[in-house]
Amino acid sequence: MILDKKIATRESFGKALVELGKRNKDVIVLTADLAGATKTNLFEKEFPERFIDVGISEQNMMGIASGLATCGKIPFASTFAMFAAGRAYDQIRNGIAYPNLNVKICATHSGITVGEDGATHQMLEDLSLMRTIPNMIVLCPSDDTQTKWIVNEIANIKGPVYLRLARVSTPVIYEQNEIFEIGKMKQIGEGKDATIFATGVMVSEAIKAQEELAKENINIRVIDVHTIKPIDRNMVIKCAKETKKLITIEDHSIIGGLGSSICEILTEEYPCKVIRMGIQDQFGKSGKAEQLIKYFKIGYEEIMEKVKNG
Amino acid sequence: MKITKIEALANIANDIRIGIIEQVYNANSGHPGGSLSCADILSVLYFNQMNIDPKNPNARERDRFVLSKGHCSPALYATLARKGYFNKELLKGFRKIESNLQGHPDMKKVPGVDMTTGSLGQGLSVAVGMAISSKINHDGYRVYCLLGDGEIQEGQIWEAAMSASKYKLDNLCAIVDYNHLQIDGNIENVAGLKYIREKFEAFGFNIIEVDGHNIQELIEAFNIAKHKKGLPSVVIAHTIKGKGISFMEEKAEWHGKAPNKEEYEQAINELKLQHIIG
Repeated sequence: MILDKKIATRESFGKALVELGKRNKDVIVLTADLAGATKTNLFEKEFPERFIDVGISEQNMMGIASGLATCGKIPFASTFAMFAAGRAYDQIRNGIAYPNLNVKICATHSGITVGEDGATHQMLEDLSLMRTIPNMIVLCPSDDTQTKWIVNEIANIKGPVYLRLARVSTPVIYEQNEIFEIGKMKQIGEGKDATIFATGVMVSEAIKAQEELAKENINIRVIDVHTIKPIDRNMVIKCAKETKKLITIEDHSIIGGLGSSICEILTEEYPCKVIRMGIQDQFGKSGKAEQLIKYFKIGYEEIMEKVKNG
Repeated sequence: MKITKIEALANIANDIRIGIIEQVYNANSGHPGGSLSCADILSVLYFNQMNIDPKNPNARERDRFVLSKGHCSPALYATLARKGYFNKELLKGFRKIESNLQGHPDMKKVPGVDMTTGSLGQGLSVAVGMAISSKINHDGYRVYCLLGDGEIQEGQIWEAAMSASKYKLDNLCAIVDYNHLQIDGNIENVAGLKYIREKFEAFGFNIIEVDGHNIQELIEAFNIAKHKKGLPSVVIAHTIKGKGISFMEEKAEWHGKAPNKEEYEQAINELKLQHIIG
């Protein structure tokens, strides 16, 4: 890790929204009784006239966001990933994506790293649900720097975006001036022994595995997949050709998310073995985030094990 | 451009009804019953009430209309064509593969359609968003949202009603096409839906109840809504499903069925006889 500092991407998101709000008067932020948890209360404090709390009605929130977007506003609609991609799926598909409206769906509390709230609040299927919808851009940033960049970047994209964020604090990976591009995976390291395609909170786990393996003279590369859709096909094929082993890891079901995306490309372009790490077609459970990472075998030690013996 | 003569507006509603029947007949599918019940409402909104210009369908300050009961697209398309948003000939393509007139309204394909709809229960939230935008920008436009009575069984309608009330959206006017029938039968039998007036009252709406086929009453209702400050309005329009065609009136079976050739001819003849000469 470049900087020895931890911050949750939901926190970075909340702060970036305030900065964006200062520059762009069309930005409207919505939430459904989760201003504190989604960190959108930071925006509320600065711009109360551009903040809408609809109470506990996520489907309604998505519809209001659609209406605002038809009038030229740039709505950022925030709630937990479960209630965005899950509860409001129809509203997102038919009311936002089909008419290609400029709504940013900001989904915090994704994955098992939600922790103590347990399975009902641990969304493990959202990448799968969202990436199959036409017009939808699907993003899942890995750290503070990338999240702040993404929040600004998506305000300039005309069309729907699903932004997957995390509750748990994770290390800051990138320097503030790091350059990213939507649709381009970020390569960390040149190792040829294995490629770890990681997304969101799993990127820092992959980097930790990379650092530990280097001590044993095993050199791997980490690919930070911040854009799940459109997926960077060229990078996937390049890594498949250049490295001995391919592993995907996500705090999400192994069905339909990052792992599936990578496999879809490789079956068509360069058939080879892929090890999919993630949640194995099951629901989550209560516990501390770091305990759950171990329980569901998606931590850096498991990655090291798969690199060596998978 | 605003038409004030009752007879003229009634004749426009009649033209809309003819347009509905022709579309559904040509497509051999579609939803005539609920389209026919809202024709008078659409005539009054588009030809007497709304600040709109077919030559400039995306004007920022225009009034908005959301057809939340999106399956009644034939009524909206016939209205838009009659108003001059597109050529009436295009109605022949309704629901056909080469046409932009989709089974349910698509704002990206049809000029004058302010929101894509179809999945029921979602339009009022969208209308709330539009009304909030108008308030934030001080654009001054009004937003109309037509709901089916069956449609308000969807919980999201009441979520949206809460928001409309919270934000005091007096620039928002919902209309309930209260024709008492849905696909499976009477709305009260199917879903236990009753006390519609009381429900909206409890959600903080200004209530206006009218005969939804009485042009004069509709005009007055929308004028009352326009001048009511501090709360959203709902016009509960008592209507007849299948209105204007004897064999379709008050028959749930005509919710989503096309007439055959004989029925089509009879329907058109009946409607032509209802044209007021004067």
